[in-house]
Amino acid sequence: MSGSAAETNYLNHQKGWKSWLITLDHKRIGLLYLASTLVFFLMGGVFALILRTELWSPNKIFLTADKYNQAFTYHGTIMVFMVILPLIPSALGNILLPMQLGTKDVAFPRLNLLSYYVYMLGAILALLTLFFSGLDTGWTFYTPYSIRTGTSTILVLAGAFVMGFAAILTALNFIVTVHKLRAPGLTWGRLPLFIWCLYATNIIQMLATPVIALTLFLLAMERVLGIGIFDAALGGDPVLFQHFFWFYSHPAVYIMILPAMGIINEVIPVFSRKNMFGYWGMAVAVFGIAIVSFVVWGHHMFTSGQSTTANFIFSLLTMFVAVPTGIKVFGWVATMYKGSITFETPMLYALSFLFVFLVGGLTGMFLATLATDVHLADTYFVVAHFHYTMVGGAVMAFLAGLHYWFPKFSGKMYSELPAQIACLIVFIGFNVTFMPQFLMGARGLPRRYYDYPPEFTTLHQISTVGAYIIAIGVAMTFWVLIYAIFKGKKASSNPWNAITLEWQTTSPPYHENFEVEPVVTTGPYDFHLLEKGD
Amino acid sequence: MTNVETGKHQYAHHFKSAYHEFDSCKVGMWLFLLQEVLFFAPLFVGYAILRILYPDAFWEASHLLDWKLGALNTIVLITSSLTMALAVNASQRGLKDKSVIYLALTIILALVFLIVKYFEYTHKIHDGLLPASLYSYEGTIHPKTPLFFSIYFMMTGLHGFHILIGIGVLIWIMLRAKRGDFGTDYYTPVEMTGLYWHFVDLVWIYLFPLLYLIR
Repeated sequence: MSGSAAETNYLNHQKGWKSWLITLDHKRIGLLYLASTLVFFLMGGVFALILRTELWSPNKIFLTADKYNQAFTYHGTIMVFMVILPLIPSALGNILLPMQLGTKDVAFPRLNLLSYYVYMLGAILALLTLFFSGLDTGWTFYTPYSIRTGTSTILVLAGAFVMGFAAILTALNFIVTVHKLRAPGLTWGRLPLFIWCLYATNIIQMLATPVIALTLFLLAMERVLGIGIFDAALGGDPVLFQHFFWFYSHPAVYIMILPAMGIINEVIPVFSRKNMFGYWGMAVAVFGIAIVSFVVWGHHMFTSGQSTTANFIFSLLTMFVAVPTGIKVFGWVATMYKGSITFETPMLYALSFLFVFLVGGLTGMFLATLATDVHLADTYFVVAHFHYTMVGGAVMAFLAGLHYWFPKFSGKMYSELPAQIACLIVFIGFNVTFMPQFLMGARGLPRRYYDYPPEFTTLHQISTVGAYIIAIGVAMTFWVLIYAIFKGKKASSNPWNAITLEWQTTSPPYHENFEVEPVVTTGPYDFHLLEKGD
Repeated sequence: MTNVETGKHQYAHHFKSAYHEFDSCKVGMWLFLLQEVLFFAPLFVGYAILRILYPDAFWEASHLLDWKLGALNTIVLITSSLTMALAVNASQRGLKDKSVIYLALTIILALVFLIVKYFEYTHKIHDGLLPASLYSYEGTIHPKTPLFFSIYFMMTGLHGFHILIGIGVLIWIMLRAKRGDFGTDYYTPVEMTGLYWHFVDLVWIYLFPLLYLIR
């Protein structure tokens, strides 16, 4: 059968662009998501470069203050709602979840395709604002400004609302798939940790997204009907909007980071040739993070005027996040300890992740501390902190996963050395961009300002140079991968000698994933059994 | 989908049996309803906060609603839940005609609910009892009373929208039932619609006392 396997796979079993647009194959839908999110990623990146270029010196270079506000709003909105939220769960998750579970597809394939189109509809609605009066609220849409501003807020609210539905549908689909469609022998204790992380992510998506959806709907109604619930002028409460917003948006940062952790969980044992240290600890920690994520939203609002008691409780609860997160980091390091580590690109990205995520996580503790937060709130320190977790965390891990699974879903090998160099460039560029922002923030420079005092010029310029270094690294990564798709060597079915199920079928896989339904007899990282030839 | 050869329901290729498919759909539906609860949650939280802040305004505003119409609608919806349950039961037992009749009754009751709601709304709009910025009724004293009507219209409006969606789905299910799509081996869509319909009723069971019965 291996001879014919080379000929039919999910990429070529049906031909023509139409077969892609109406496909029900989870891998094709995953690729559609991947392509779309990457295009949006480049768009968001261009806005970031525009911002960094404008900040090269104080005063105006080429943007007016209004246009600057619009640029950071687009950068944030695109990157958060259209890129990082669906990047790992919907793109890589769609491709991999059914394969890691050893099943033919997700539980509801039509719902899966629908979620893609709903996502695209939302993204298009949000981007249409570019052709109207733009956006300048920041991605947080805080009232009362978002009620009063003359920009096309309703359109972007509709877009985010609709994209929320896509996330909910995907999450629902994945949760049912994990519960009902595991291969024989794939007990909960043998699930790859990527699945555990996606599962926890999906629970957050299911429970938090509806709240933001309705909140954004109410905000749109503020503009249309003047319902006044969030409008102090009509007797409502603008801080209530912030509560609702962060009730979603704080868990949402774990929608971004948990699947990223899942990828690191896969990459580190494989490239250390060692069983995951503390499998159950790692799995439970993910749920610890997911649960705590729902009760810490108030730490975004320490300076909003909420009560001291609330501040104290939220500060304390936020500290608890460090416990399960610490378990994860120790688990990864302990897995590498005495392993036979090799430094292929996915592992390099995973190591970069460990470093930057540690910085991002620890600076989070500074911000969770009430007294320091009063000084640091709304400064560049916050910007640097969440870029260290979202970009350094989520995007680095995404790139690790992209390289790790690239041979599987494309069937081609990328060239190792250029990819490693690109990784190094991204890593250096990232730190050069955001390290100076910690310094600027600690010295009190507020975020989101178009202008700044001249003594910050040097730090801002270092940061801008870093942004362009990242751009070079990302461009190189894209070039390496696109080159590999056309000119790359054919990948074997299991180039990394991994144990999880997706590697036990051809690269690229069949339309129905496996020739025969796999039966699982070992854990996902039992490399010691593999070496004994078991 | 029906298998041409056996005449039985053909389950999707990634499931192991028709029951496996049914069971998965049911889990999915319950998860959907769970997210629906959270979808309504901000309105309930907003209601709670505003009512704690301004109890007098809510007391005053609630008296401007007609509890008799609210009670009538409650009875209508509870009855529609009964007919829905009977429709599910009939399809499970393969009684096609009964199933169609009960589904039709459910649709009619849902329409009755909307008609009553329509009269309530036109009356409120006529009196100027509208969301905060549009409020023009002059018979109230408490300055925050208009906020109650913001909450009222948002909550009942969102609920009414769910009823509307429900009617659409019910009509589709009824047509399929009439066509003979369902039998003892396959009645998943009817049961799922039933779960949704009971949820929509349940929301109203909370809305009615919270909005109409503040005394």
